[in-house]
Amino acid sequence: MKILVCISKTPDTTAKIAFADNNTKFAVDGVVWIINPFDEWYALVKAIELKEADPAAVIHLVTVGLADNDPIIRKALALGGDEAIRINADSHDSYYIASQIAAIAKDGKYDLIFTGKETIDYNGSSIGGMVAELLDLPFISLATKFTLEATSAIIIREIEGGEETDNVALPLVVSCQKGMAEQRIPNMKGIMGARSKPLKVVEPTAVEAFTSIASFDLPPAKAGVKLVNADNPEELVRLLHEVAKVI
Amino acid sequence: MSILIFLDQADGHIKKSSFEAAAYGAAIALQMGTTAEAIVLGNGIDDLAAVGNYGVTKVHTVKNDALNHMDAQVFTKIIADAATAMGATVVVFSNNFNGKAIAPRLSVRLKAGLVSGAVALPETAAGFVVKKNVFSGKAFANVAINTAIKIITLNPNSFSVITSVATAEVTEFAATVDAAKVKVTNTNKTIGEVPLSEAKIVVSGGRGLKGPENWSLVTDLAKLLGAATACSRPVADIGWRPHHEHVGQTGLAIAPNLYFAIGISGAIQHLAGVNRSKTIVVINKDPEAPFFKAADYGIVGDAFEVMPKIIDAVKKLKGVA
Ligand SMILES: Cc1cc2nc3c(=O)[nH]c(=O)nc-3n(C[C@H](O)[C@H](O)[C@H](O)COP(=O)(O)OP(=O)(O)OC[C@H]3O[C@@H](n4cnc5c(N)ncnc54)[C@H](O)[C@@H]3O)c2cc1C
Ligand SMILES: Nc1ncnc2c1ncn2[C@@H]1O[C@H](COP(=O)(O)O)[C@@H](O)[C@H]1O
Repeated sequence: MKILVCISKTPDTTAKIAFADNNTKFAVDGVVWIINPFDEWYALVKAIELKEADPAAVIHLVTVGLADNDPIIRKALALGGDEAIRINADSHDSYYIASQIAAIAKDGKYDLIFTGKETIDYNGSSIGGMVAELLDLPFISLATKFTLEATSAIIIREIEGGEETDNVALPLVVSCQKGMAEQRIPNMKGIMGARSKPLKVVEPTAVEAFTSIASFDLPPAKAGVKLVNADNPEELVRLLHEVAKVI
Repeated sequence: MSILIFLDQADGHIKKSSFEAAAYGAAIALQMGTTAEAIVLGNGIDDLAAVGNYGVTKVHTVKNDALNHMDAQVFTKIIADAATAMGATVVVFSNNFNGKAIAPRLSVRLKAGLVSGAVALPETAAGFVVKKNVFSGKAFANVAINTAIKIITLNPNSFSVITSVATAEVTEFAATVDAAKVKVTNTNKTIGEVPLSEAKIVVSGGRGLKGPENWSLVTDLAKLLGAATACSRPVADIGWRPHHEHVGQTGLAIAPNLYFAIGISGAIQHLAGVNRSKTIVVINKDPEAPFFKAADYGIVGDAFEVMPKIIDAVKKLKGVA
């Protein structure tokens, strides 16, 4: 069993969102970077659980990014995973990133490829599906449960107002969200061990990006809250009905 | 040249978010001086001619029982074939669960740039630039698509639908339907509940409600308003409410017309998933709760005292005894 987990780097969830260079770039000054929560808590931990059940399993991590991704990928190695591959490129185009991951995946012959549900910065929710199409593999998006059978997987995915249970033969690509696994904290042994795990850096293959970010905007500021006295909640209902006209 | 809209259906009904996608696609067609056509896959789907009300002139159907379940690989191939056959230059999806599974695949297959989570019509005066949500609703990016064919997934509840009375021509598209590699063994739907991702009104509770036994304060109001229910992350983590109700940066991101937050502090990660709601109401006993800064209306008070009175007032408004 060979598992590939896609790891991306995102600003901490409390990071201040501001833009530089005439609103064309995210202002990175003072930003603390973390592993994208969906990749860490769900995709990676699920892979680790599969390896715990089958010690012969191998977990590879892949990230597309420059050298400043190294602390992130080391932290992911500290949680679990046997070796990491960093593709030395900087891009926000989903097709470009997916093509790089697919090139690695093609060589690695993985049984399972896990991604997170989405990156919390660019919110594409696209890489998993693109990798699957590039490799002509089935893709289950937004999985909340994953159980491995002999040569297939039973997966629960979210649909509008409910869930669907799917049975799919390996290999396949799965995007992971809440429910897949429980968040873990790396222990000392993991952190020490991660230092000696291989982190291979490879150069990207030539791919033309499909999209480019022209500029960023911040949403307009709110006008401020209108407070209603706690003794008179009926007034709130009146305002929502007559002024905001939302009920 | 034309605009192709994918209409997502479940149990024979087109989803509400797909009608938004249809109206959005029709608006792009108008802007670009072309026509909007739609495609729907599956059997036994209700009145498709009525999709004309949203500005779509033609609906292509592929009637096949095998397509009543969505398989991203199979669907992608059919939609790609249809897009090629009709010379579509823009393909529109709702950014719902199925849209997120199909659109990225189609992007690769058609070599067409994808913008997911669009919140406005594209700028087409010079190039093709689409505004989308980034940083979990805390900002927007204007993304240029540089390929000949463009794919957009539209965020639910972010485009105002205008309808007029018109009939769409319904025609069968002769498609090759591959065997699905994904076998659907079960679907489980919470009957009668409004799906959170499509709801116009959402009533949400946090840890301030003290325990699941108090949730009637949320669910009673939701029922009266025809609203969906949601919760903060710790509430789902402790198991007071199901995981699919968790909204925020690491849960579902929503943009209803009204978001009613009861006993939720308004942490930055929570706000990230709800701050695009058009009107936000906050009930919290702590006047310093950060949520008030993001709110339009608020009551500083104890939810256990305030909520029953609000529920009574809504009953009166709705004429419910
Ligand atoms: C990486 C990361 C990701 C996260 N993602 C999410 C996410 O997606 N969604 C999310 O929700 N959280 C998320 N969180 C957690 C978030 O930081 C907060 O801890 C969480 O939102 C708090 O939930 P709460 O407001 O229900 O509880 P609390 O913070 O405990 O707040 C309870 C509130 O209820 C009020 N209250 C108490 N009693 C009453 C009463 N009787 N009447 C009225 N009000 C009362 C209190 O004044 C308080 O403001 C994330 C955290 C991290 C670190
Ligand atoms: N630069 C990257 N390197 C490796 N994996 C990535 C990268 N960007 C995104 N991913 C993976 O794809 C998932 C979805 O990302 P996105 O489609 O960008 O929202 C993430 O949760 C990651 O698992």
